[in-house]
Amino acid sequence: MADHVIHGNYVDFYDEKGPRKGILAWILSTDHKRIGLMYLIALTTFFCIGATIGVLMRLEMLGQGRTIMGPQTYNSLFTLHGLIMIFLFVIPGIPAVFGNFFLPIMLGAKDVAFPRLNLLSWWLYITGGIFAVLSLFLAGGPIDTGWTFYVPYSLRTGTDVSWMILAAFILGFSSILTGLNFITTIHRMRAPGMGWFKMPLFAWSIYATAWIQLIATPIVGITLALVAIERIFGVGLFDPTLGGDPILYQHMFWIYSHPAVYIMILPAMGVVSEIIPTFAHRTIFGYKAIAISSLAIAFVGYFVWGHHMFVSGMSDTSRWIFSLFTFLVAIPSAVKVFNWTATLYKGSIDLKAPLLFVLAFIFVFSIGGLSGLVVGALATDVHLTDTYFVVAHFHFVVFGGTGFIFFAALHYWFPKMFGKLYNDNVAKVAISMITLGFLMLYFTFFILGYQGMPRRYYDYLPQYHWEHVFATVGSWVMISGFIVMFVNLFIAFRKGPRAGMNPWGGMTLEWTVPSPPPMENFEEIPVITHGPYDYHAQQEAEQKQEEFNQSAEDEK
Amino acid sequence: MSKVPGAVVEQPALPGSHADGSHMLEEGHHHADKMGAKIGMWLFLLTELLLFGGMFLIYGVYRYMNNEDFHAAGQGMNTIIGAFNTVILLTSSLTVAMSITALQKGNKRLSITLLGFTIFFAVWFLINKYFEWSHEIHKGIYPKSPELTSRSPGEILFFGLYYVMTGIHGLHVIIGIVILSFMVVFIAKDKVTSSSYTKLENSGLYWHLVDIIWIFLFPLFYLLR
Repeated sequence: MADHVIHGNYVDFYDEKGPRKGILAWILSTDHKRIGLMYLIALTTFFCIGATIGVLMRLEMLGQGRTIMGPQTYNSLFTLHGLIMIFLFVIPGIPAVFGNFFLPIMLGAKDVAFPRLNLLSWWLYITGGIFAVLSLFLAGGPIDTGWTFYVPYSLRTGTDVSWMILAAFILGFSSILTGLNFITTIHRMRAPGMGWFKMPLFAWSIYATAWIQLIATPIVGITLALVAIERIFGVGLFDPTLGGDPILYQHMFWIYSHPAVYIMILPAMGVVSEIIPTFAHRTIFGYKAIAISSLAIAFVGYFVWGHHMFVSGMSDTSRWIFSLFTFLVAIPSAVKVFNWTATLYKGSIDLKAPLLFVLAFIFVFSIGGLSGLVVGALATDVHLTDTYFVVAHFHFVVFGGTGFIFFAALHYWFPKMFGKLYNDNVAKVAISMITLGFLMLYFTFFILGYQGMPRRYYDYLPQYHWEHVFATVGSWVMISGFIVMFVNLFIAFRKGPRAGMNPWGGMTLEWTVPSPPPMENFEEIPVITHGPYDYHAQQEAEQKQEEFNQSAEDEK
Repeated sequence: MSKVPGAVVEQPALPGSHADGSHMLEEGHHHADKMGAKIGMWLFLLTELLLFGGMFLIYGVYRYMNNEDFHAAGQGMNTIIGAFNTVILLTSSLTVAMSITALQKGNKRLSITLLGFTIFFAVWFLINKYFEWSHEIHKGIYPKSPELTSRSPGEILFFGLYYVMTGIHGLHVIIGIVILSFMVVFIAKDKVTSSSYTKLENSGLYWHLVDIIWIFLFPLFYLLR
């Protein structure tokens, strides 16, 4: 789009003068865009901390025996890596950052339904994050239970479990309030004419996610609270010496934590459904199928938690039912993948950085998804449980899924959020390095796991040595890719060329407002007349306009 | 109202018509959406139900596993004081509902009085609960006590659940008291009025939730023997 347009006389939300100055204008702002950016800063910080811990763990696995740390430190590190990455990065992830920033704009609204509640969510998130960090320095040392807080060990360990649980509880509260806010926003704030099936698919995925956040999070909240109560008062609810049942804890934990996996992945699928039509310049294939499959994944995702517990002790009937449902999740997921590829088919593809990220995502996510069926099958799971195979599966799905798409979304919407363009070629080099390192690291885990390497050990048998070395080198390649990516974005942020209103030729509403958007997004609330990816209608409209101009000239 | 979204080429740049923008940062509210506020409240109540639902699930599983012990433990509960508390809470739900109607009809003073009654009942409920807990503790039945740990696992679980579930419910009663007290202040200061009473309605909904949860706690601990 023409650059001169955005130099017009409007004030973007960065320059808008509010009643407060300096940092207060941000941390007390109820503007959804500022809150989204504050989440972005916080999340990226926690991602970097989590990634650093991951690299340190890989460094420990470079050599046999003690390399740079002892077993207790290693236990703490894999716990922290999991807790930080899951509770502070991927679960809030895309909804908190891009949902906050773009959901209202894509719906044609000026803000979310409850702006002040939205700010409270952010503050709760920060409070939870501070508690999590604080718990590292309290007496007892960093928590070493693994991110699942399994009893009875979490009741017995001398490390500070209660603080971390408090942090997780507060973060859950933040997540619930965000979900509640988004559901109400989608129900009440859509622009005139935007029926449910004229919403962008990102909004659909946020809607499905918000319901999971709302319905699943309270269960884990109370379960973790009970563990803390158990530790403080010794009530006995999960303590086997007092009659409690540790298996029941596992059920309660996974009733939330499996749907939480869909909290992580659904918004990513929504972003993919935005990026693909934009860069294929083509209407999305199977809009309704993609929209409904989000809800189907959210629904079926509720009934599969038991697949985390195939070897924990369950009746055979429950095991095969959970296994069956697990296989069923593959159907709506595959519906999406087929629709995405069908959208690309015969499109006029413009292979920019966000689309390259998405293609890498489809590749690794398909591997991750199919390996999920391997561990979802009862017989193979017995062999693979608690090995590197499970770690590989999880990272392919969550890192290769949500993580990749988080950064794809950052590249897709960067021009809109900051009004600057980044260097596309450098971004592509970074993506290639990340993907290559990713595959070296985690695909090796599949092989290691299949060969029997157990997870969560700081040491290994000699026969695994070269695979571990290869994986660790992969982690270096991947982290270098991330550094290149961040540097590229930072340079763009500082002195990148100005981005126009619509650098990619996107069709959804955020591309109809200036970059960066003004304070209340729209001067006038738009009226929606056609679907979100209607490139055909747009071409017709342009054609009509041209014909009209032509005939007007002829008359003259 | 003539914009065609998607027809990007036609979009003009936005003029700086609201350069002051201060109202946005300060309030963030564009217009009061009563329906939206109610949807939000009902969604929140759903999460509260699920929070307790988790505990009801644990109760159900342990009751199924230790039916005899739960039966024995339930014998010691004071049904009369439990029933009395049920009546108190039900009445308080009535007064809060009446308070909303009173405000809708423009009777500010009556509305405040009825809220006062609601808070009074809530405090009364807590006082009864205090005596009930003291009685059990006096008997030596509390977590980690030598008396309780010498009993069967089922009884330990029963009393563990009793303390946790009525305790967390009691916490909700206290939160309810705080919220209702705020409503008294808001009505007195005319921040909640006969024309904008959504806050009071939502507080009433919260209080009914506290009531409903007790209605399920009561039979589980006092009547199922």
